[in-house]
Amino acid sequence: MRFVTEYRDRAKATALAGAIAELCAPGRHYKLMEVCGGHTHTIYKHGLEHYLPEAVELVHGPGCPVCVIPMGRVDDAISIAHQPGVTLASFGDMLRVPGGKGSFLDAKAAGADVRLVYSPMDALKLAVDEPRRQVVFVAIGFETTAPSTALTLLRAQAGGVANFSVFCNHVTIIPPLKAILDAKDVDIDGFIGPGHVSTVIGCRPYLPIAKEYGKPLVVSGFEPLDVLQSVYMVMRQLAQHRAEVENQYGRVVNWEGNRKALAVIDETMELRPHFEWRGLGSIPSSALKLRPHLSCHDAEERFEVPGVRVADPRACQCGQVLRGQIRPWECRVFGKACTPEKPIGTCMVSSEGACAAYYNFGRLTVPHSRPARPVTAK
Amino acid sequence: MTSQARSPAKVGTPSGPITLSHGSGGKATHALIESVFLKAFHNPLLAPLGDGAVVNVAGRDLAFTTDSFVVSPIFFPGGSLGDLAVNGTVNDLAACGAQPLALSAGFVIEEGFPLTDLTRVVSDMAGAARRARVHVVTGDTKVVERGKGDGCYVNTSGIGLVDERASGLSGAAALPGDKVMVSGPIGDHGTAVLLARGQLGISADIVSDTAPLNGLVAALLDAVGPHLHVLRDATRGGVATVLNEVAVASGVGVVLDEEAVPVRPEVFGVCEMLGIDPLYVACEGRMVAVVDGDHVADALAAMRAHPLGPESAVIGEVRAQPEGLVLEDTGFGGSRVVDMLVGDPLPRIC
Repeated sequence: MRFVTEYRDRAKATALAGAIAELCAPGRHYKLMEVCGGHTHTIYKHGLEHYLPEAVELVHGPGCPVCVIPMGRVDDAISIAHQPGVTLASFGDMLRVPGGKGSFLDAKAAGADVRLVYSPMDALKLAVDEPRRQVVFVAIGFETTAPSTALTLLRAQAGGVANFSVFCNHVTIIPPLKAILDAKDVDIDGFIGPGHVSTVIGCRPYLPIAKEYGKPLVVSGFEPLDVLQSVYMVMRQLAQHRAEVENQYGRVVNWEGNRKALAVIDETMELRPHFEWRGLGSIPSSALKLRPHLSCHDAEERFEVPGVRVADPRACQCGQVLRGQIRPWECRVFGKACTPEKPIGTCMVSSEGACAAYYNFGRLTVPHSRPARPVTAK
Repeated sequence: MTSQARSPAKVGTPSGPITLSHGSGGKATHALIESVFLKAFHNPLLAPLGDGAVVNVAGRDLAFTTDSFVVSPIFFPGGSLGDLAVNGTVNDLAACGAQPLALSAGFVIEEGFPLTDLTRVVSDMAGAARRARVHVVTGDTKVVERGKGDGCYVNTSGIGLVDERASGLSGAAALPGDKVMVSGPIGDHGTAVLLARGQLGISADIVSDTAPLNGLVAALLDAVGPHLHVLRDATRGGVATVLNEVAVASGVGVVLDEEAVPVRPEVFGVCEMLGIDPLYVACEGRMVAVVDGDHVADALAAMRAHPLGPESAVIGEVRAQPEGLVLEDTGFGGSRVVDMLVGDPLPRIC
């Protein structure tokens, strides 16, 4: 299939793997973080780690929007959903995310009107079609999905759709990367940069990662060869003692980003002073809320929201997984108390969550593959 | 080399009310069946949890099965609720190695459901029954108040005579060295219905594969007889879920070859866009067969010669290890675990 199979070519992958191996300095271990959950999914789905030398370790970053939603926000949304006349519209990935008191699916089974939508415009259409319901769209995602929420808000405002509001959980990508690098016990050598979010923000915002923190970052596409080539490009920078922002995903991402998309975000949303990230704690100026002129479409203004902070479950080590300090199977509940059907941590919910991706695709080191690092239950 | 093989048939115990995941055919469905239905009804005929039960009556093996159909929308490209209701039950019987003898049909109809639609559903059932060479011999009709049902639900049950050469057929009969086959491209039905719901704004030329497979199974038995070890109808949860069940029941590993699994380009494209794996998408006219490795060429020839199996393919093999797991060698050169479905396949959001 065009635009898919070209990026899954086995011979090219083998050649890249050889080139990556040649860049490894003897005795050195490399830890590269792929920021985006989409990359994590690709890595496990296609068995990419089989191509990498022992010395190159991929760790999974905070770029899965579902995985970084704290339990308190899930509870807040459920609390809105249980108010009379409310229809909660959500993306499918959010339905099974556990809050302190169950998930959206549990709320639906308990009588709340929760509907799965594929885009914020579907939620707006629900509001137009059912004017007696209060339709609340649970907005999640990085700058990737924020423009579609922004455009929907502008449409709602223009059309005077008074029964439509947004429970905004949009987050921004740069602050968590800095927070991870600021943490003391993190030893990441370089980043595979998120491709989708970069289609919106471009490459320039990553410059501080390279300039201030001295870490190479390569914005990467999502096909297996894209990711392998990006690993090669990061390794080449390390070998040449460079720390720059490079763009592997040039067929989609440009340096300056999508100005129209950034403009609609700016028109409708502003930074929150603080936002609680699952596993990473409170990070200043890391999330978006609706601007005051849209307060009539802001669910946090229109509905009673408990806003209770719920601590992450003590057994769950999502935070360490999201910071790349431990790998999914090293979490004490991985695959035992925490599985995709009964997730404790959010990393086990979305197919892009590091734990779910590893659980679904990677649990076994098969005999005909290269001898991998030991995979043992802890 | 260390591994984390899971203990076979390990499923959680459901708590709280029923959610949609309990109906997805994946892990939650299994947990529900084991903890509620199997617990209450426990008996040796039910215990294997095959597509149907095989009951010995006066020295002959009769296959007996039932299925309820709640598809939405009721009409979709390539078929309708009526086609599914007949083909689904005929295929459950076929997966037991049985030719259908008779079907029943129960209708739960919502007040206000158009008579023309009901007539069309029933006419499709009659057509499908003719194609499968079986009659609907008994039935029941119930009407519920408006809002208490979604148009029309149909339940069908069927009995069939098990072919004597199929007496060893079982989900637990796969052996190391066997080959895994599928009777055509996978995922057509689920994708067709998903697109017919019209929520995605994607249009593609994909039609359901719904079809009665009793003829294809007869041809397969003619070709390889008792060397056919397992037959499963890859409906909810798709080929991946069916093979996980076989791997657990037989205590074997199944290794698929991604490049050998037939998927139509249109279905592949839609699945790529939505982040869904075709291995988990329902088929309604595809049989998964596990055949002795020495007889796979004959089996493949027989399936391909049948009008419903020209695109049949060998998609993998059975190994002794890893017990209870399905793996896939990816076209890219890696390998991955193919787990059972958890909930319905949900599109990725970014």
